[in-house]
Amino acid sequence: MSLPYDDDPTFAAYARPERLVSTQWLADHLGEPELVVVESDEDVLLYDVGHIPGAVKVDWHLDLNDAVTRDYVDGVGFATLMSAKGIDRETTVVIYGDKSNWWAAYAMWVFTLFGHPDVRLLDGGRAKWQSEGRAMTTDVPTPAPVEYPVVEREDAVVRAYREDVLASLGGQLIDVRSVPEYTGERTHMPDYPQEGAMRGGHIPGAQSVPWALAANEDGTFKGRAELEAIYQQEKGLTPTEPVIAYCRIGERSSHTWFVLQHLLGFEDVRNYDGSWTEWGNLVRVPIARGSEPGEVPST
Amino acid sequence: MSDAENLPAAFASIVEDFNAVSSRDRIQMLLDFSQTLPELPERFADHPELLEGVPECQSPIFLTTEVEGAGHDAVVHLYFSAPMEAPTTRGFAGILHEGLDGLTAREVLAIPADVSHRLGLAEAISPLRLRGMAGMLGRIKRQVREKSAA
Repeated sequence: MSLPYDDDPTFAAYARPERLVSTQWLADHLGEPELVVVESDEDVLLYDVGHIPGAVKVDWHLDLNDAVTRDYVDGVGFATLMSAKGIDRETTVVIYGDKSNWWAAYAMWVFTLFGHPDVRLLDGGRAKWQSEGRAMTTDVPTPAPVEYPVVEREDAVVRAYREDVLASLGGQLIDVRSVPEYTGERTHMPDYPQEGAMRGGHIPGAQSVPWALAANEDGTFKGRAELEAIYQQEKGLTPTEPVIAYCRIGERSSHTWFVLQHLLGFEDVRNYDGSWTEWGNLVRVPIARGSEPGEVPST
Repeated sequence: MSDAENLPAAFASIVEDFNAVSSRDRIQMLLDFSQTLPELPERFADHPELLEGVPECQSPIFLTTEVEGAGHDAVVHLYFSAPMEAPTTRGFAGILHEGLDGLTAREVLAIPADVSHRLGLAEAISPLRLRGMAGMLGRIKRQVREKSAA
């Protein structure tokens, strides 16, 4: 049994308002047996400093990525993880995290690869919950293991591989990194590690649509009308056409994936998780530099 | 070779402590270091431009060094600034502070570059995240070399 959706009027205009909950909704439903709250952060220790009561930690490095291959866990790995976190296939999962929910959106996207039916984001994430002075704890729950079925990962729907990107050149492709990363001045985020891309720039034809355009100062998502003005009017993206988003390693583009798919209702949105750390190292793929999308090479 | 080999006493003891416990307890120890990292003294807190950024870390951290005296025997002091929301990064800083503060320039410069990999943390927090600590150590050594002329 899923929990009721958050009928907060600020969500009503979104294409899929059931994918978002407010801090108040979460506070009202904490402790209900059908709900598991998941914290997913960039900083692996942040959860241990304090988290929402009852929340479990899912770390993108340690839990969602395969330990050997540069890929996500498989169906068995995901089922094992879910079981350990007390999540069954019917559980309502609410994910939140630091950094404007980048890693929370990323975790949600990985849950989507396994088709978990009811997974939602906490609007505003960890920072909003804390800024409202809501309860935090360092108690780590020890959920009783539950049965989670082994579901094969289904990448095709929301995940793009480099071959898909190459085949989509000339289509709707958006680069959600910072402007200096897009132009090629730098290959990593300001203040972030050099992730080792050999070349700077962007995929030819990709529009620059930095992820932060979708977020308010407090880390919540902008309203539907504001988002439409940015993505559809200003950037000219068409909801009925396929779109692929990428960034550096796929975390910021998960944020944009959420916006396009769940808030604006685009029909076919994929995240290219290989992103610039893959493209910027590939031999013989086209790259554009500068502030314009650039020429798309004819194939 | 023991993980603590070729390390000054304080750092060797940290390495031994980490390797004596389970992966889960190493996380707790790192967290303890993040909480005991000394505050930045006022003379730096008011002048953030005196601190050097460490872009290898995921979260913003700034550090600086002071050197008493000159040459190989100059005594090194370390200062760090990192937000409470970045406990992993603060934990690395705390380890470096406890392990290196008060050593001579010679001792600091002799710290092996792979020291961050001797704490048994790769499995607990992922190897990629350890690069931040190596980045801090590299900057500390460069500053110490410049400031002590050792």
